Amino acid sequence: MTVVVKTVTRLTVGLIFLYGWYIVVHGHLTPGGGFVGGIILALSFVHLTLAFGRDAAEATLPARVTGLVEGLGALLFVGIALLGFLGGVFFRNFLPKGEPFALFSAGIVPPANIAICLKVGAGLFSVFLALVFFRFDWERRK
Amino acid sequence: MTQYFLCFVLFCVGLYGMLAKRNLVKIILGLVVAEAAVNLLFVLVAYRTGAFAPIVEAGGGPTRMVDPLPHALVLTAIVIGLATTALMIAIAMRIYAHYGTYDIEEVRELKG
Amino acid sequence: MWHVIPLFIALPLAGAFLLPVLGRGRRWVSDGVSLAVTVSLCLGSFWSLTKLQESAVWVYTVGGWKPPFGISLVLDGLSAFMLVTVNLVAAAVVLYALRYLDAFTGRWQFHCLFLLMVAGMNGVVLTGDLFNLFVTLEIAAVASYGLVAFGTERHELEAAFKYAVMGSIGSLFILLGLVLLYSYTSTLNMADMAAYLQARESGSLKGIVLGFFILGFGLKAALVPFHAWLPDAHPSAPAPISAMLSGVLIKSLGVYALCRVIFCVLGFTPAISEILIGLGILSMLIGVVLAVGQWDFKRLLAYHSISQVGYIILGVGLGTPLGLAAGLFHLFNHSIFKSLLFLDSGVVEQATGTRDLRRLGGLNHRLPVTGGTTLAASMAIAGIPPFNGFWSKLLVILAAIQAEHYWAAFWAVVVSVLTLASFTKVLKYAFLGDLPERLRNVHEAPVSMRTALVILALICVVGGVLWLPELRSWFLDPAVGVLGAGPAGMAESLVRYWP
Repeated sequence: MTVVVKTVTRLTVGLIFLYGWYIVVHGHLTPGGGFVGGIILALSFVHLTLAFGRDAAEATLPARVTGLVEGLGALLFVGIALLGFLGGVFFRNFLPKGEPFALFSAGIVPPANIAICLKVGAGLFSVFLALVFFRFDWERRK
Repeated sequence: MTQYFLCFVLFCVGLYGMLAKRNLVKIILGLVVAEAAVNLLFVLVAYRTGAFAPIVEAGGGPTRMVDPLPHALVLTAIVIGLATTALMIAIAMRIYAHYGTYDIEEVRELKG
Repeated sequence: MWHVIPLFIALPLAGAFLLPVLGRGRRWVSDGVSLAVTVSLCLGSFWSLTKLQESAVWVYTVGGWKPPFGISLVLDGLSAFMLVTVNLVAAAVVLYALRYLDAFTGRWQFHCLFLLMVAGMNGVVLTGDLFNLFVTLEIAAVASYGLVAFGTERHELEAAFKYAVMGSIGSLFILLGLVLLYSYTSTLNMADMAAYLQARESGSLKGIVLGFFILGFGLKAALVPFHAWLPDAHPSAPAPISAMLSGVLIKSLGVYALCRVIFCVLGFTPAISEILIGLGILSMLIGVVLAVGQWDFKRLLAYHSISQVGYIILGVGLGTPLGLAAGLFHLFNHSIFKSLLFLDSGVVEQATGTRDLRRLGGLNHRLPVTGGTTLAASMAIAGIPPFNGFWSKLLVILAAIQAEHYWAAFWAVVVSVLTLASFTKVLKYAFLGDLPERLRNVHEAPVSMRTALVILALICVVGGVLWLPELRSWFLDPAVGVLGAGPAGMAESLVRYWP
């Protein structure tokens, strides 16, 4: 990619990443939540890969770590659902709910948002890597 | 009423793409358009005249809001559509690796 | 409330999510997790049958939210019946797949997708909320698209793409029907929706929604004329997946969901009865006519699946208590003997390398257990006493005669005769006769695969006892009662059994 694209990427990719986290963490207050924030996080890594190529993305977030984060996000979500049994029912909101409109409120909703964000972000990025870097047989043989 | 009719037209466009086109990628695009049409219909069903977005604000805001349940359901349906589309694209790429073409007239070895 | 109910969905989900993290390295981790989850679910489903004696309906409110605001999981007679069917076949298939997958790479991916499919099917069967039905149906369907393409050979990919496109069209129509129902009733809870629809005259809405649902769920159940994906997808998939698809997926995603929506939400009318009987007869005839000329073992079995689902829909479409009981009994029996047939075909394919019946012969000499179990399953599907298929087919025919649909009974008998002819051909060409030279060294299946085959074959042999009144009151009668009670019963269950 050209110098212009690379420079702009270096300036904006951190902001996109931060914006994604903002959407996730404020999921119980403003529109958005885990899924959308996860997509934006994945897009920041996709942005990096498109501008700098596969090696830069591999240096920032290796494929193995992506797979691990994806699995841990899913397990965290199922774990939160099963922990609801502590409150009596499956998936019950057992954490203290706090004040309305505060950042630390709404019980299990912020941790669930973060779990979904990890799963969706890592999942979408690994789907992107798998589809873009899939080598056909005739390309591999060269 | 015209909004619902236009959603139906969009759905028919997507269905046409899925059923009448020969290229695998165009079939997948038809599926994406048809799913978008159904999700759009779902969100339109939630509208109430003169109402605002269903966000509760700290200082008190508008009290008349659209139905928020379909918004959550459409979000789920979009995720499901994304998963199906990603899987179908992966299958289409592997079909290209085996058959060398995206044309479904060529990819027709199962018969009988 | 009975707290094991959400575990039917959460446990396979947790297992599926555990496998990418832990299962990449050692093979016994993925095998062990998968086997442990499915066997415990199977035992849990038997336990759920006993819990039904305490209370006819168990309503579980997820998260403590009251229905109709929250998602409720409902365990009633029909759900318990389907749970037993799904989890029993899943456990047997996992036991079989432990050694079958030696020929494939990527074991943990198989088990991960398989557990997701089981979680989806359990979710479809247990949920009391219409959109949750759609979501879990999609989980199971997308997992099955991936599993059909598992071997990534040419035919598997082509079949998987066709299956994915047609399955997605079906899902879109289900979602459309759901949108229309929600816009009319403003609720997603099935019991609440049943109460609302009963109280009001809704005119053409029910007709349109019924059309969309028959199209959508009928496509999932492979009813004719929506069956075109099945003869490609079921043979191309690996044998354990063919068994799961043909045995339980088309039934829980297609037939169960259609029955639940028609009988318990929309209400069963004589017009719907005629439509279902017509579709049933059409499926029976076209399935068996297209199957008779087949020489590919698995493709023949796939066409017979279409035909037997026609029997189930005919039985259920009659609407009488005997018809409903016969249809559901045939659903259970078909799950057992069709999965057994597909697992047998997998053994034959792995041992001899071919599925073409003309190139096989005399396999009874080298594969005695496979031959014996195929004989049992063939006699069951053809309807020979005392195998379980005989009793359910006889009951469907008797129910048709009792309801004065004499043409339906006639076609059912004709289809039964043609099925017998078809399976005599299979047995003659594949198992009886002389062993050709090149097949002299084929091996019988390993012990775990043989165990799975024998377990299913035993159920085929003794399955007829489920019609005896004592066992019937545990297993079939609660399910028939749920369908017979209709929307009024569904609406009442919300009020009476809510904890």
